[in-house]
Amino acid sequence: MIWSFIAAFVTGILASLGVGGGMLLIIYLTVFAGFDQLSAQGINLLYFLPIALLAVILHTKNKLINWKPLIPAILAGIIGAVIGSIIAKFIDKELLRTVFAVFVLVIGVKEILYKKQDEKMPIKYNTAVSPKTYRGNYKHS
Amino acid sequence: MEKKKKGKLYYALCGAVIGTVNGLFGSGGGVAAVPALKHAGLTVKESHASSLAVTLPLSAVSMIVYSIGQDFKWSDALPLIPFGLAGALIGGLVLKKISNVWLKRIFGGLLILAGGRMLLT
Repeated sequence: MIWSFIAAFVTGILASLGVGGGMLLIIYLTVFAGFDQLSAQGINLLYFLPIALLAVILHTKNKLINWKPLIPAILAGIIGAVIGSIIAKFIDKELLRTVFAVFVLVIGVKEILYKKQDEKMPIKYNTAVSPKTYRGNYKHS
Repeated sequence: MEKKKKGKLYYALCGAVIGTVNGLFGSGGGVAAVPALKHAGLTVKESHASSLAVTLPLSAVSMIVYSIGQDFKWSDALPLIPFGLAGALIGGLVLKKISNVWLKRIFGGLLILAGGRMLLT
């Protein structure tokens, strides 16, 4: 049980940073805690709600969220959310797990390989951030 | 950034994809949302923060759909929440300060290990 709490804590940090921490909790729940894929996904969805709410409040306070352009994404997303959830219910659980594993692998490789895309971005707002925060992102020549 | 702003249709299309992925996998909507938001001209940190603003309501909808068939027990999720909130408090306070590259390397590495393990077992 103590490991569940540690997994939940670490996931909370990653989830609030918007780096898809929920995947880690699902992996923990299925690989180490013995839940089936669909249960683990449901647990993560419920778990995510208060965590995301807290993070969204903090990020809004820090002026990192501009809500207005996001509204169409949320409205269309609700339709997608219903469709995706219904597919998840009817798809074979083992197949769902395999597809999820491939999805996780693809995201993992992408996270590591596509860091260059991010390196360009801080330049646009580096005035707001101390240079040492981004020292790893620049190539000093 | 202002030059590159995308219209409502772009956001709506992205939202539909994000919602579907998030519902199907019970997570991961944010992973689809972050690059989509960056492409729309948001900064890295705005994209990460805004991805949560999008996935929060979508996860609520998916959670309701999952709950209808009793696909999971609420009692399995509730004990985890206080620990997650403690983590979120830390994450919410440090997002402005943390190095993106460092974060992505650790997270990407963990996902590759985990995905590989899931495929092999």
